[in-house]
Amino acid sequence: MRRPSTLAFILLMVMSLGVIAIFAHSWQLTVTDQSRLQANRTLVTQLGLTDLALFSESRYTRHPSQADLHSALQDHPGAFDHFPTGSLISPPAHLTKTHERLAGKTTSPD
Amino acid sequence: MNVWLEKQRHLIDFTLASLARRKTKNLGLLLAYAVLVFVLASLMLFTQALRSEATFVLAGSPEVILQRMVAGRHDLIPPGYIEKIGRIRGVQKQEGRLWGYYYDPVVNANYTFMARPANEVASGSIMVGATLARARGLAAGNVISFRSYSGKLFAFKVSAVLSPDSELLSADLVLLSEADFRAFFEYPAGYFTDIALSVANPQEVRKVAEKLSASLPDSRPILREEVLRTYQSVFDWREGIMLTVLAGAILAFAILSWEKASGLSAEEKREIGILKAIGWETSDVIRMKMWEGMLISLTAFLLGFIAAYVHVFYFGAAVFEPVLKGWAVLYPRFALVPTVDGLQVATLFFFTVFPYTAAVLVPIWRAAITDPDSVMRA
Repeated sequence: MRRPSTLAFILLMVMSLGVIAIFAHSWQLTVTDQSRLQANRTLVTQLGLTDLALFSESRYTRHPSQADLHSALQDHPGAFDHFPTGSLISPPAHLTKTHERLAGKTTSPD
Repeated sequence: MNVWLEKQRHLIDFTLASLARRKTKNLGLLLAYAVLVFVLASLMLFTQALRSEATFVLAGSPEVILQRMVAGRHDLIPPGYIEKIGRIRGVQKQEGRLWGYYYDPVVNANYTFMARPANEVASGSIMVGATLARARGLAAGNVISFRSYSGKLFAFKVSAVLSPDSELLSADLVLLSEADFRAFFEYPAGYFTDIALSVANPQEVRKVAEKLSASLPDSRPILREEVLRTYQSVFDWREGIMLTVLAGAILAFAILSWEKASGLSAEEKREIGILKAIGWETSDVIRMKMWEGMLISLTAFLLGFIAAYVHVFYFGAAVFEPVLKGWAVLYPRFALVPTVDGLQVATLFFFTVFPYTAAVLVPIWRAAITDPDSVMRA
C-alpha cells in the first residue's frame, strides 16, 4: 500500500512537469508558428498595415490607431456614440461636477 | 536531513488522511479554487498572447503615418503635400497611400479597400482577405461586383485570396489597383488618403514628427510606437473589463477561502486538542496545517493553470472569446501563438497560493498555543 504523501508528490510532480512543459512549449516556438508570425509581419510591412482586423464595426474601431480623438462622436454635432465600447468609458470629471451653490452669496440680485 | 524529511512526510500523510475525512467539503473547495485560477489564468494567457502577437506583427508597420486634418476630421492629402515632406532631413522614403471603407449591404459588413501598385494587383482584379472570401463565398477566379458610392456597378475578378494565416490582419481587406481605386471611389487625381513615411534612424522618428508638425501645421503624424501603444491599451482595457465582471466571483471566493481557512470548525479544534494532548508540539500542528494549505492551494493552482493553457491554446478560449475578442460581422479565424509571461504567472501564483496558505496559519496558531483541555472542551 502506497503512502498518501507518495501519491500526493507524484500528482504534484506530474502537474509541475506539465507547467514546465508549458513554459518550454511557449518559449520554443514551432517552425510553423515562427513562419506564420514572420509572414504576417512581412505582410504588414509590404502593405503598410497599422491595425488588426478585429473590430470592423466602424472606422474608429477598425483602425483605432489611425482614428482621431473625436471620431467616435463626429457623425453629426451632439451625436451619441453608436457602439457599446464607448459607453464603458467614464465622462470627464468636469461634466459630472455639480455647480457651485451661489444662493445668498452674490452681492447683486439674480 | 532524512529525519526531517521523514517527519514532513508523516505530517503530510496525516494531513491527507485528515482532509480525506472531510472529503466532500475539501474537494468542493479544491474545485472552486481551481476554477478561479482557471478563469484568471485563461484571461491572462489570452490577452498576453494577443498583445504579444499584435506587438510582433505591427512592429513592421510604417514608422510614421501622416494624416491631414480639417476641422478635426481626417481629410485627403492634396497634391504637392508629399513634395514638402521630402525636404525634411531624416525622411528616407515617403509614399502616398490610398485606402478607404466600403459598406457591403449583401453581408452588412464593412470592407477596407486598399490600392496596391500595378505589379501586385492588375487592373480589373482584386485580392481579398480569407474572412471576406468566406462570407461572400469567393474563390480565386470568381467575379464579384460592388456598387460604388456614386451608384455605378464595378465588376472585379478575384485574382487571389490572401493566406488564411493572416486573417488577423487581412480579414476584411480588398486590394485593388490604384486606377480601380480612384475610379471606384471617384478620388480626385493627385490626392491621397494619407502618407506613410520611412525614417532611417529610429532615434530620429520623434524629431521628424516634430518637424512635420511644425512645417505642416494641419497634419497629424502617428508614430509606430503610438500604434503599438494603442494595442497594448486596447487589450489591457478589455482584460480590465473582464476582471471587473469577475470581481464578484473573486470576492466570493476570497470570502469562502477566508471563512474556510480562518474559522476552525469544532471538529478541527478538537483534533488539534487531541494532537496536543498526545504530545504534538505547537510547531508540528502549525506545520501540518501549513502543509494542508499548501497542498490545496498548489494543487488548485497547477490544475487551474494547466486547464487554462489547454483552454486558450487548444480550444480557442471558447469561454471568454465573445468578450475578449470583441465582435464583428467579418470576424477573423485565428489561432494564437502560445505565449506565457513568467512574471504574470508568478503574480498569479503569489496572489492565489500565498493568501490561502497564510490565512490557514493564524487561527491554527491561536488554537495550537491554547491549553489542549480548553480547546477540546470549546
